[in-house]
Order: sequence, then structure tokens, then C-alpha cells
Amino acid sequence: MSGQEQAHRMIALTAIWAALVLAPYWMVPLGGYTALGTRVLVLGLAAMSVNFLLGFTGVLSFGHAAYFGLGAYGAGFALKFLAPSTPLSLLCGMLLGGIAGAVLGALSVRRRGVYFAMVTIAFGQVFYYIAFQWSAVTGGDDGLRGFSRQPLEFGLFSIDILSNASAFYYFVLVCFGLVAAVMAFILRSPFGRTMIAIRENERRARFLGIPVERHIWIAFTLSCFFMGFAGALYALVNNFADPRGLHYSQSGDFVMMAVMGGMRSFWGPMLGAAVFVVLQDYLSSITINWMSFVGMLFVAVVLFFPRGLLGFIRRKSEA
Amino acid sequence: MTQLLLFNVTNGLIIGAFYVLMALGLSLILNLSNVINFAHGGFLVIGGYIAYTITPYVGFWGALFIAPPLTAIIGLAVERVLIRPLYGRDPLYSLLLTFGLAFIIEDGTRFIWGAQGKPVTIPAILARPLSNEFFFITGYRLFMVIMVVISVTLLFSLLRYTRLGIRIRAGTLDLETVAALGINVRMLRSLNFAVGIFLAGLSGVLAAGQLGLEPTMGTGLLMPSFIAIIVGGVGSLTGTLLGGLLIGVASGVTAVFLPAASEAIMYVLMAVVLLIRPRGLLGEQGMMT
Repeated sequence: MSGQEQAHRMIALTAIWAALVLAPYWMVPLGGYTALGTRVLVLGLAAMSVNFLLGFTGVLSFGHAAYFGLGAYGAGFALKFLAPSTPLSLLCGMLLGGIAGAVLGALSVRRRGVYFAMVTIAFGQVFYYIAFQWSAVTGGDDGLRGFSRQPLEFGLFSIDILSNASAFYYFVLVCFGLVAAVMAFILRSPFGRTMIAIRENERRARFLGIPVERHIWIAFTLSCFFMGFAGALYALVNNFADPRGLHYSQSGDFVMMAVMGGMRSFWGPMLGAAVFVVLQDYLSSITINWMSFVGMLFVAVVLFFPRGLLGFIRRKSEA
Repeated sequence: MTQLLLFNVTNGLIIGAFYVLMALGLSLILNLSNVINFAHGGFLVIGGYIAYTITPYVGFWGALFIAPPLTAIIGLAVERVLIRPLYGRDPLYSLLLTFGLAFIIEDGTRFIWGAQGKPVTIPAILARPLSNEFFFITGYRLFMVIMVVISVTLLFSLLRYTRLGIRIRAGTLDLETVAALGINVRMLRSLNFAVGIFLAGLSGVLAAGQLGLEPTMGTGLLMPSFIAIIVGGVGSLTGTLLGGLLIGVASGVTAVFLPAASEAIMYVLMAVVLLIRPRGLLGEQGMMT
């Protein structure tokens, strides 16, 4: 990487973080609200987790909402039945999503391409049906209610993230930063490079003696842990876990965010999530036919911007 | 108990037959074009609503014959305009596109016909129960099975004996060679897509008579078809047939013992098949692995 490129990268990173840190100050004057920013962060993290697998390993899972939803239910159960502690609930959500991903990933990784996508969709739906049918435990169609995020206790002082929207935003931002850092760290490690090698040429990677299935399984599992974490955060955002968060249409939204932003770049999914969430929020407030518009957005992105917004911008700047 | 079990097995077979009809269309498109058609449920809904709209003029029997070809024509147009540009690209794109299309169709039907469910009147001869012993099996259910048997027979003979069918099968195995032999692959894919959508439209008409119509009904019927394909093995239509019947019976039998799990059992079945035989029951080794 040349010095100039490195400088560009530093500038871009600084700009992204500055925008995120200052979001509560510039969003409200622009007609947004802080809770919307929190949702963008959480859904962006989920889209980045999907892209960890899709963009960097080249494996399309269309059932990742299941692990997102499991994370949300895990956090909800922990808050409701275990102990009123926010960090514990995040941990439980992450573990529930990640472990389920590890088990089902082991069943799915032998398939590739469309077949893999189909298997992951179908397995993802299992959890939707469980959450939907087993209403005694999960609250069924109404979702899991009766819990709320708890103030953060630091011994000497505590931070009220329940009623203070900005404080909660910064809490989510810190969580987001931690997970994004872990993701970036993994992608820079030899393991991350191997993932990219598999994406670029699976057969060659295999000939080099790389155990491709095992790598894909590990990547799948890791992305499910990230996904579970994002889901747990989402439960804290809403103080509620929704069975529709497990449904495959939610998976479709995540994949769309990743593709729309640009799945070959680390920050693309975040951009995609921001556009998607803001657009959906806006459309559903002005028209009841917002579903059609979201559908048309899908069609338009696929036909005209297959490389996503970042890919489009990059190509323009190169040309 | 025996009677109850027998009833539920029969019932499962009937539901399974319905899944088969839908899954076969999905499977045809998947095998030849490598496209997971998420909008398949949407096309089913379109078929059903077309039938609902024209029934007052042409009657149920007329609708049964007119609605599926009309749906296929809509499908043909969609394929030509939206899906054709995506062949040869990563399957991710066609998946996302049809996913968005499913949204548009669901919202569009709601816009045109309203969110309220619509009942579809079926001829009186089909509406009455067959006998008092098989308490719930109405003539309509039997009729559905007959329709499925006829269409599956027609489809398999089409694939076996006609030039189009032979080309579709050849294309499933090796599209490049088929193209090299001078066959218009674009046309082949379009026709194949139309056949698949025709089956979706027919499923829609049949489902409308049984369940009534709702804009969201396609989504719920899509998943069992997916599972039927996975259980039967991707690449094999006979496998899809077997898979559909199998999950139908499995969920029918489970409904006797544990009604809440009748949906979940399909997924359990799928997990077991994937564990023991990852390519599916009749899937070819190396096919789309």
C-alpha cells in the first residue's frame, strides 16, 4: 500500500468516526432523532457481520437473521430471568446466537452457492417457528416483552442508558467500536487473509492445503457471534424481542444493506444500513405502500448498482 | 387411533402433493438457471387473484384453465426484463432481485385487491365431503390431488418426450455444451421459467379454492417448497416430488401427536437428511455442491 493510499485511508477512517461520534449533534438538526442513529449503528453492525461472511469469505448466508434474533431473545431472557444486568444480557445474546450458528454452520458448510443459501434460509426459519409457536416462553407473535435495559454500574458511578437517549447512543457506539475492531483485526490476521483467498479462488486454496470447509465454518461461526451481539443490542434498543427479527425477510434486508453499501469494503454495509434504515423510516411515514418502494430499491440496486454505493463512487473516482 | 393416523397420513399426502406442485416449478428454475426464485410465492398469489377476478365471468373451471397461462405470461415478461440480465452473475443478485420482487408483488396485490382475505367459491360438486368415514376429506382435496397428478405426469412427459424437455434436461446437466450445439439458451431459459411460473399459477388457483386468498399467503407456502427441494436433492425433479410428499406426510403425522411441532418437523427432517446424506435423497453427487 502506498503512502498516499494510507493517508487517504486514515482520512476516511477519521471522517467516519467523527461522523459517528458527533451523530447526536448533527442528526437532530437534519430532522433525525437519536434513536434512529442508534438503530443505524446496530443494524449496521449486523450488516457488517453478514458481510464478514458474504463479502470476505464469499459465502452467501441468507438466514443470518436467525442468529440476530436469537441474540435478541438471549438478551431478553437474561434480563428477564437471570439478572438485571446489561453486560450479562449482551454476553448471553452473543453466546446464544454464536453457538446456534456453530451447530447449524457445521451442517451447512458442505454445500456451496445457491444450495448453501437455501439451506441457511431453511434452518433460519426453524427459530422463527419456535419463537412463533412456543408462546409460553417466547411470547409468540407478540414477541418477548417485560424486560428493559439496565443502567451501567461501575461501582463508583452509574450511567443511565435507559432514559438518556444520547448516553445509550454512546454506549452502543462503544460496543459497535469494539466489535468492529475485533472484525478488522480478524480480517487482517492470517486467518482473514485465508478467508479472502477462499473467496477469490476456492480450488486454489484447497490445493494449497487449506482446509476450506473448516475455515468457512469458523468464519460462519464468528459472524454468528457478531450477529448475536448485534441482536442483543437490538433487544436493548427496543426493550423487546420480535419474532420477525428472526424471519428470512430480515436476512434479506441485511444482505441488501451489505450489497447496497458495497460488500467488498469493510464500511460499505454500514453505509448501506444507514441509507436503508433512514429510507425505510421515511417511506413508512409517508406511504402505506412502502414495501413496494423497498422492493423497487432491491431491484434497482441489483440492476444498476451491483457493486454498491462505495463501489460506484470508487469507480467514478477512478474513471 | 388407527383411523386418525390414516386420516392424517392421507391429509399429509394431499398437502405434500400441493407442496410438490409449487416446489417443482421452483426446482425447474433453480436447476436450469441457478436462480432461487423468491418471488415464486408471489406468482402463486398472482395466479390465485387472477382466478378470483375472472371466476365471475368464466366460472371456476374457466379460471382453472385461464389463470395459470396468464400467470406464466406475466412470469415471462418478468424474466425477460428483470432476470435475464442477471444470468451469469453471482446467484446472489437474482436472489436479491426476486426477493424485492416478492415485496412488490405482495404490496401490489394488496393495493389492487385489498388487504382483506378473499374467499373463492368452488363448484358445489367439489365442496361436499366424500364420505362420512373420512370426515374432513372434501371432494376438493381429492380434486387437488388429481390435478397435481395430471400436471406432474404432463410435466414429466414434457421433459421426457418433447424436444423442449430434452433440451431443458440437457441444459440442467451442462448448459455450455447445449449452447455449443447451437441451441438458443436464452429462449430455453425463458420457456423453462414460464413453465415453472405456470405451475406456480396453477398452485395459486388450487390454493385459492382451499385456503381463500390473502396477499401474504405466498410467503408461508414458499418455505415448505424449499425444504422439499433440499430433502429431495437439488438437481433432481423426482427428488423434489419425493421430498414434497415426505414432508407433507411427516407434518401430517406429527399433527396427531404434537400439533405445535407439525411445522418444525419439516426442518428436523431436513437436518437429518443433510446429516446423513448431504446431497439430498436423490441428489446427484457434485451437483451444485
